[in-house]
Amino acid sequence: MQNDILVEIEDAVFGYGARPVLKGINLTAKRGQVVAIMGSSGCGKTTLLRLIGGQIKAGQGTVRVAGESLGELDRAGLYRVRRKMGMLFQFGALFTDMSVFDNVAFQLREHTDLPENVIRDLVLMKLHAVGLRGAAHLMPAELSGGMARRVALARAIALEPSLVMYDEPFAGLDPISLGVTGNLIRRLTDTLGLTSLVVTHDVQESLKIVDYVYFVSEGVIVAEGTAAEIRASGLPYVHQFVHGESDGPVPFHYPAPPYVDDLRLGVRSA
Amino acid sequence: MLKQAIENLGNHTIQGVWRIGFASRFFLSMLLHSGTAFRRFGLTIREMYFTGVLSLIIILVSGLFVGMVLGLQGYETLQRYGSESALGTLVALSLVRELGPVLAGLLFASRAGSAITAEIGLMKATEQLSAMEMMAVDPIARVVAPRFWAGVISMPLLAALFSAMGVLGGYLVGVKLIGVDEGTFWSQMQGAVDFEQDILNGVIKSVVFGIAVTTIALFEGYDAPPTAEGVSGATTRTVVTSSLVVLALDFILTAFMFRGLN
Repeated sequence: MQNDILVEIEDAVFGYGARPVLKGINLTAKRGQVVAIMGSSGCGKTTLLRLIGGQIKAGQGTVRVAGESLGELDRAGLYRVRRKMGMLFQFGALFTDMSVFDNVAFQLREHTDLPENVIRDLVLMKLHAVGLRGAAHLMPAELSGGMARRVALARAIALEPSLVMYDEPFAGLDPISLGVTGNLIRRLTDTLGLTSLVVTHDVQESLKIVDYVYFVSEGVIVAEGTAAEIRASGLPYVHQFVHGESDGPVPFHYPAPPYVDDLRLGVRSA
Repeated sequence: MLKQAIENLGNHTIQGVWRIGFASRFFLSMLLHSGTAFRRFGLTIREMYFTGVLSLIIILVSGLFVGMVLGLQGYETLQRYGSESALGTLVALSLVRELGPVLAGLLFASRAGSAITAEIGLMKATEQLSAMEMMAVDPIARVVAPRFWAGVISMPLLAALFSAMGVLGGYLVGVKLIGVDEGTFWSQMQGAVDFEQDILNGVIKSVVFGIAVTTIALFEGYDAPPTAEGVSGATTRTVVTSSLVVLALDFILTAFMFRGLN
């Protein structure tokens, strides 16, 4: 059903200057799904997320969110669509001059005329959902990395968006925070009826919670499927990625001249 | 070698023109999105605290010392011609016409300007500005414009306080320490300082310096590469560029304002 699809990308091409980053991406995310976008560092995952957020525009192809083609929208239209989106940045991107409470209340104060007592209740509910109601008075500098990520998540869902995007939500977290964050993404998606797009290279944690996975390599989708299909995949790239092998289709060595030539072994022996 | 030099020159020229264009667009966008800064004036007042109130100590102390030095040097020069009674005039005119706006502008650039650049630059580096964009809140309207108007409002007030403290410093040294007649000191000052020609022109200068310094500080922060080196470089550029612009603008404004005056 067409209405089930919240995010739809068709043949999207994007590059920074002359350097192509995305070379024809096709991707769909259905309502209520947790969709992971995986790939090695620098493969274009975050660029893809920025494309869906409308921060950059595709050179070719279309990006549709909630039925609206982002490339055709003006600034006001883009801001209208973004109110249906939440985004969790890699390190939270909390406003450092505001308390945890004010961070979560930010969008409510900017976009609604709700009285302060209602905002207070809503903020405490969002913070309770991520387990940090007791930290409402703290400043971002007083939070651990995992706590900052959870506050950012509470802030991202403050306006009850249809789509939440996560940029490397598991990066740099301890095993407990890792599990907590993964569970939160799944639980919030199910209870709030969201669609979650998770950009990550943490295979083991993300495969526990996702419905569908896209693998990106060198700007194209090289594999896709459910978590079970990905685990069982025989594709060399996916196999190397899932099992964390140091060599394979993604080589260990950065392209370089032959080792013997670089060390000038032939010259010395001559 | 020559080809490389020409290429570098062309590259720098293109970069320079591009930056001027971007800065002009940034300035216009800031003016166009100033509605929030006035509709929600609390945002601007909050920034006035950071740019204005927190600059008070350096402004007041510097003003006092500059006035005291003026009192000493002015007396030393004037008494050679038997004109020490004109000390009040010399101190007041030096401060309200020149030293008040210019020195307050330079101090404002190094205290508040550098802080603004570092703050905006770090907000960019830590993706706070991107987060705001993704929340459908325009960072120019919400973050930049209130800081701009706070700087424009604070600067003339700081310059006025600098001049007032300078006059006090000149009075303390000239009258209380050296012994210039108190009545002469104040009456000469009152008679010589013209509101329109001296005070108002000084206020105009300080408003122009406020616009220039705050715009440079905000632009450098907004345009800073999102790295530690990028932010530190932008902060340095703010202080250097602002100081030079204040001095250059001072010459231009003085040339226009005081031509034909004796």
